[in-house]
Amino acid sequence: MLDLAIRRGTGDFTLSASLTVGSGVTAVFGPSGAGKTTLARCIAGLARPDAGHITVDGEQVFGPGVDLPAYRRDIGYVFQDARLFPHLTVRANLLYGAAAGVSPDAVAEMLDIAPLLSRRPSGLSGGEAARVAIGRALLRAPRLLILDEPLAALDQRLRGQILPYLERVRDGGIPILYISHAIEEVARLATTLVLMKAGQVTHVGPVGDILSDPEIATRLGPSQAGALLEGVVIGHGDGLAAVDTQVGRLHVAGVEGAEGTRVRIRVRAEDVIVATEAPQGLSALNILPARVVAVHRGQGPGAMVRLAAGDGSLLARITQRSVARLDLTPDRPVWAIIKTSGVGRIDVGG
Amino acid sequence: MIDLPPEAWEALSLSLRVSVVATLVSLPLALWVAHLLARGRFRGRGLLDAVVHLPLVLPPVVTGYALLLLFSRGGPLGAVLEPLGLGVAFRWTGAVIAAAIMAFPLVVRAIRLAIEAVDPKLEEAAATLGASPLRIWRTVTLPMIAPGILAGVTIGFAKAFGEFGATITFVASIPGETRTLPSAIYAFLQVPGAEAPLRGLVGVAVAVAILAVLVSNWLAPRVAARIAGR
Repeated sequence: MLDLAIRRGTGDFTLSASLTVGSGVTAVFGPSGAGKTTLARCIAGLARPDAGHITVDGEQVFGPGVDLPAYRRDIGYVFQDARLFPHLTVRANLLYGAAAGVSPDAVAEMLDIAPLLSRRPSGLSGGEAARVAIGRALLRAPRLLILDEPLAALDQRLRGQILPYLERVRDGGIPILYISHAIEEVARLATTLVLMKAGQVTHVGPVGDILSDPEIATRLGPSQAGALLEGVVIGHGDGLAAVDTQVGRLHVAGVEGAEGTRVRIRVRAEDVIVATEAPQGLSALNILPARVVAVHRGQGPGAMVRLAAGDGSLLARITQRSVARLDLTPDRPVWAIIKTSGVGRIDVGG
Repeated sequence: MIDLPPEAWEALSLSLRVSVVATLVSLPLALWVAHLLARGRFRGRGLLDAVVHLPLVLPPVVTGYALLLLFSRGGPLGAVLEPLGLGVAFRWTGAVIAAAIMAFPLVVRAIRLAIEAVDPKLEEAAATLGASPLRIWRTVTLPMIAPGILAGVTIGFAKAFGEFGATITFVASIPGETRTLPSAIYAFLQVPGAEAPLRGLVGVAVAVAILAVLVSNWLAPRVAARIAGR
C-alpha cells in the first residue's frame, strides 16, 4: 500500500524514515517533534524530501526524477486545524474535492453533519468542524487518507465523541495513515503501529504486539503501556459488560455494543496486579490464571511483567521489590487481577 | 444640474474615461506584481518593490518627463509605436498611461496586503483535495482577496482621476484630447473671470472622489461578509 524510504534535513532536525505498510489503519505514534507530521507532509506532497522514494498503491509519487505535486497524488489529508474554506458553505466544502455529481448525503449521514450542510464554517464547533474536514477528505475518495492529529485540538470529551466516527471511516476501507501522540486513539483505531522518535522509525508491527512489548512499553511511558485485547460482547448486567477476549472473560464498564459486537479493550499495565496464589475475598471481578513470560526492569523502582493468559498476553507494571519478593521468573504460574474501573471509557472501542 | 460650459463637461467625461481605462488596464498587472511581491521568493524582489513604488516617491513632473522621453517620437518606445500609429504622446491614451503608472503603486499595495493576509494553509488544504494551482487561485485565493482588490481599485481610480503633474508634463493639456478635469481646473485658473466654471469643476472633482469612497465603503463589508460567510 505504502512504501517509502526518505531523508529530509532542515536545520538540526533530520527525518530519516523507511516504512512499508499494508492496508487498514497505520498509526504513526511518537512524541512531539519526532517527525510524524513531516513524514505525513512528505507523503502528501506538501513537503519535499531531500532524497528517497515514496510509492503509494503501486505508483511512485516521489523518487529520482519523480515528484508529483500534491494535487496529483490522490492522497487525502485531514489537518489538525480543520482548514475549512470560510467563504463556502459546509456543503460546498464537502464537495470541493469530490468528483462531479457526487452527493455528500451518505458521508454527511455517517458523520452526523447532515443538519450543518447549509451553514458556514465560522458557525461550527470544533467537533463539527473536525467532522466536516474528515468528510471533505473522504468525499475526494483518495487512495490513502492521512489524518494528522485530527482530534488534537479537541478536548477529551469531544475526542470520545468523534472516535466512533473515525471507526466508521476505518471500516469504510480506505487505507488510513493516522498521526497521533494519544495512545488511546491509536489503541482504538490502528491495525499497524509505527513508532517514531527523533526523526527515525524505531518500530513497526501489529498494534497489539507493540503496545504489550515490555521493552517498548517502558519507552512509551509507564502509564501509556498496556495490552490491547480484541473481544466479543456476550452479555450485560449491573452496568458491566461480559466480554470474551484472548486472555479470558472480562467484566468491564463502558462497553455499549449489543451481544456479538466486536470491541477493543486496552488494559493498562498500571491496572494489573499480580498474585502468586489464587486470591480470596477480593473485590476485583477479573481474576485470570496466567504465566510470567518476561520481566523487564526499567529505570526507577518499576518493572514491566509480561504475562501469558489464555491465548493472549497482558502487561503488568509492578515494583522491582515485588518482583523479587514474589520471585517472578519466566514460566512461573500466577494470577492476574484487573480492576473493572481499570478499563476507562476511552479505552473501549468498537 | 450644475451650470458648466461644454469644455468642462468634456474634461469630466475624458477624466472618467481615462481613469476607468487606466484602472482596468493596470489591474491584471497589479494582481500579478502584488502576487510576486507577496509570495515570490526570488532575487531582485526588493528591486521590483522599489521600482513599483517609484511613482509614489518621485515628483510627478519627473515621472511625466521620463514618460515623455520614453514615448516621444525619438524615444525608445515611441520610435516603435509612432510609425505603427499607436503613439501615445499628446493623445488621451498617453493620459491613461500616466494615470495608470501613478496609481499603480497604490493598487499593488492594497492587493499585496490582502494576499499576505490569505492563510496559505487553506491553499494547501485545497491542493490535498486535488485542486490545481489555477483552481486554487480561482476558488480560494481570489475570493479571499476580493475586498483588497476592491480597495485597490477604488484608491487607484481616485488617484487616476486626480492625476495632474505627470499627465500635463507627458501629454500637455489639449482640449478634448488630454485636458482632464485637473488640467481643466488649472486652465480655468489661468483665465481671469472664470470663477463660476472653476468652482463647478472643483465641486465635481470633490463629488466624484467622495462618491468613489462611498461606493467602496458600501461594497467592502458586503464583500467581506460574503467571504467570511456571515
